[in-house]
Amino acid sequence: MAVAQPARTDTHGREVLTSGDISRALRRIAHEILERNKGADDLVLLGIPSRGVPLARRLVAVMAEVEGVDVPVGSLDVTMHRDDLRHQPVRALARTDIPAGGIDDKVVVLVDDVLFHGRTIRAALEALAELGRPRTVRLAILVDRGHRELPIRADHVGKNLPTSSAERVSVRLAEVDGEDAVTIEGGDR
Amino acid sequence: MNRHLLSSADLTRDDVETILATAEQMHDVQKRDVKKIPTLRGRTIINLFFEDSTRTRSSFEIAGKWMSADTINITGKGSSTSKGESLRDTVRTIDAMSVDALVIRHPASGACQQVAQWVDASVINAGDGTHEHPTQALLDAYALRNRIGDLDGRHVAIVGDLTHSRVFRSNVITLGRLGAHVTVVAPPTLMPSGIADWAKTDGFATSWDLDEILEGGATHGPVDAVMMLRVQRERMSGGYFPTPREYTVTYGLTRDRMRRLTGTNPDVVVLHPGPMNRGLEIAADVADSPNSVVLDQVSAGVAVRMAVLYHLLSGEA
Repeated sequence: MAVAQPARTDTHGREVLTSGDISRALRRIAHEILERNKGADDLVLLGIPSRGVPLARRLVAVMAEVEGVDVPVGSLDVTMHRDDLRHQPVRALARTDIPAGGIDDKVVVLVDDVLFHGRTIRAALEALAELGRPRTVRLAILVDRGHRELPIRADHVGKNLPTSSAERVSVRLAEVDGEDAVTIEGGDR
Repeated sequence: MNRHLLSSADLTRDDVETILATAEQMHDVQKRDVKKIPTLRGRTIINLFFEDSTRTRSSFEIAGKWMSADTINITGKGSSTSKGESLRDTVRTIDAMSVDALVIRHPASGACQQVAQWVDASVINAGDGTHEHPTQALLDAYALRNRIGDLDGRHVAIVGDLTHSRVFRSNVITLGRLGAHVTVVAPPTLMPSGIADWAKTDGFATSWDLDEILEGGATHGPVDAVMMLRVQRERMSGGYFPTPREYTVTYGLTRDRMRRLTGTNPDVVVLHPGPMNRGLEIAADVADSPNSVVLDQVSAGVAVRMAVLYHLLSGEA
């Protein structure tokens, strides 16, 4: 039972996004968020552990560069709100860290690495409701791989990646795994 | 981690670290306006208490409720045990209602171990006789760590009625797991028999002289924390010490002792599992001093019990 998320060391699989692709996608998403919000007012970015957190920090760094403001950034652990807790071994909890200004009446942008069934985001919306009442909640995702099981969609997507459900999409980020890459493995292609 | 929590010895250092890390997240939930998470929705937890309790029972109940489990309290007095039903029949009756966890406090040492063999539910030991009280040791470690940080190499003195103390038995194990040095202090009459061998295997020191330990004369040097144990009059049939006054003078954390202690270590932490006999084992102003974490222990109790319930009950059955 380890608390820390292990770094992804599996280097097999087809690379679908390179480090350059990832940083370009994030720059675009950061611009989109600012454009949609008409500036950085009331924005709060919350990354979903583990890899949504470094992504949210990178988005905020880009925003600081282009807009010259520090957008509050935090993390939102959704483990305790998951609907599959009973079907899996016990999961370790990650940190929930809400910026000092809170989320009431803010425009909260949830950030995660992969959007798949949509169940993580459902849990995130529920977790968020217990922490306050944002004016708007948006969703930014690095990779949208389809196969939704719930009526959830992302507002900002780095890359749409049609996959079969037998495949595994793995996002590796320098902060956690030592390098940036998105790979697909498994399935028969 | 095991399905049951019967003894502190069931938990490895990793388990303890995981529970304490989870408790930190649970503590955040405790500070929110809406103190409710859906994690244990649909689970049923029975608190079965055959002994009086304020904090343990209420904190287990609150912990379960905040995590959306259904918690029900049964006390020995109000149950069919008062009509002569055996413990085995009582717990098997409750178990037959397909509950998920039984939180048990019982005056007989080993009762929880026994119950765990009779039921399908997870059994959590909430204090069995003079044997163990594992969640108390976890919350003590949590409160202590919050105050002084990592416990590796720190020195904790546990003082008082060791013979009747399950808190002490669980604490020497859990503190030991976290790398702390422990010295236990008690009058010879309140030292459990055979403690010398036990101290050797579990790696703690023993002493009859409180002042020597508080002055830093122990094998492990000056103390970082002092845990005062309650004098358990309800378990004593007399003859353990001449008068309460004499106990206070030789083994109580009096105002005078506290002054000398803070003179050498201003940050020394005072713990007491409660309920306190103010004026007997601990002076009232020591209990209320800034060095005391007595209320932090209570507050940690809910978070730590939420963490324990989470780890025992949230995964696949």
